This record gives sequence, structure tokens and C-alpha cells, in this order.
Amino acid sequence: MDTVLLGTILAVFTTMALSLWRALAGPSVYDTIVGVNAFGTKTVLLVALISFFTGHHDLIDVALVYALINFIAVIAVLKLVRQRDLATSGSQDER
Amino acid sequence: MSVEFIIQLIAALMLGIGGIFAIIGGIGLMRFPDVFTRLHAGSITDTLAPLLIIGGLVLLVGFDLLTFKLLAILFFLLFTTPVASHATARAALAAGVQPLGEDTRDTGASTSKS
Repeated sequence: MDTVLLGTILAVFTTMALSLWRALAGPSVYDTIVGVNAFGTKTVLLVALISFFTGHHDLIDVALVYALINFIAVIAVLKLVRQRDLATSGSQDER
Repeated sequence: MSVEFIIQLIAALMLGIGGIFAIIGGIGLMRFPDVFTRLHAGSITDTLAPLLIIGGLVLLVGFDLLTFKLLAILFFLLFTTPVASHATARAALAAGVQPLGEDTRDTGASTSKS
């Protein structure tokens, strides 16, 4: 079973490398956001797989917190790119 | 052929197929020509690969507190990654990024309705 876990970890590493390549080489800022979003999801899977591979089951909490932080980070970066300011309410016509 | 062996076999199959789906999504993310097509490739495998990989881990661990934490991760991922992909697509479209290909909406509406 360790062989299967190691193979899956390597597959997730490959995917993380490809999405990081897209995030670094993307022509527009949205390509970067797409790459970082996929990278974060695969990081959650990687932490879960490593916690099983090494036997440290406490690491699963790290994956749980990272799954939440990743979503908030993507939405915050999208708002920052769109509005140029994280503190706006979003409705620019009413101000 | 005990029950434990069959469960471990199913878990190994799910882990392997999940890894293959992850690699396919990464290749699509690298090779597709447009923001929206890249988002399509990335986000489909973003929901399918966690479903298979974390499902395989759940089968591996049995019934435990760890199972609940893994199912919570799967729950959050299945809800948040489509929302993040949809927000990215809407933001890209609102910022003026045009999708590739010909716009067929006008011709379809003119031939069928008006």
C-alpha cells in the first residue's frame, strides 16, 4: 500500500509542477490565479497523502485548514485584482 | 480474498485513478490555449481528483475520527473549488478577456427567433 501512496504522491507532485508552471508563465493575471488555485487544491491532497504515508495522522488538520485558507485567498486575490482595493464595498456607482 | 484485501484493492484503485486524473488536469492546464479552457481542465480535475484520492484514503482508514476529518476536507473542497473557478471565470469575463472561437450566439438567435 505504501507503493500506491508513493505513486499518488508523485502524481500530485507532477500536477503541482505543471500548475506552478502555468502560474509563472501565464500571459494574463487570470492564468496565474487559475494555476495558483489548482496548486492549492493539490497541496491539500498532498498533505493528506503525506500524513498517511508517514503515519503522522495529526497532519490531516493542516490539510483541513489549508483547504479553507486556499478558498479565501483565491477570492481575496480576485477582489484585489478587480477592485485594486480590498476595503471597497464593490458598488462603485453609489459612491 | 478476505474483505480487508478487497477494500484495500478498491482503495489502491481509487488512489491510482485519482493520481491519473490529477496528471491529466495538469497537462490540460499547461497545454490549453485560453483562460477559460485552462479553467475547464483545471477545475474538473480539481473536483474529481480529490473525490477519488480522499475516497481512497477513507476506505484505507476505516471508521475513525480521521474519517470525519477527511470527509470534512472533501466536503469543503467539493463546495469551494467550483465557487472559486466560477468567480475566476466571471472576473476574467468582466475584465474583458474574450473566449477563443467564433461567437455563435447571434446567428443562432437570428435564425431561430427573429
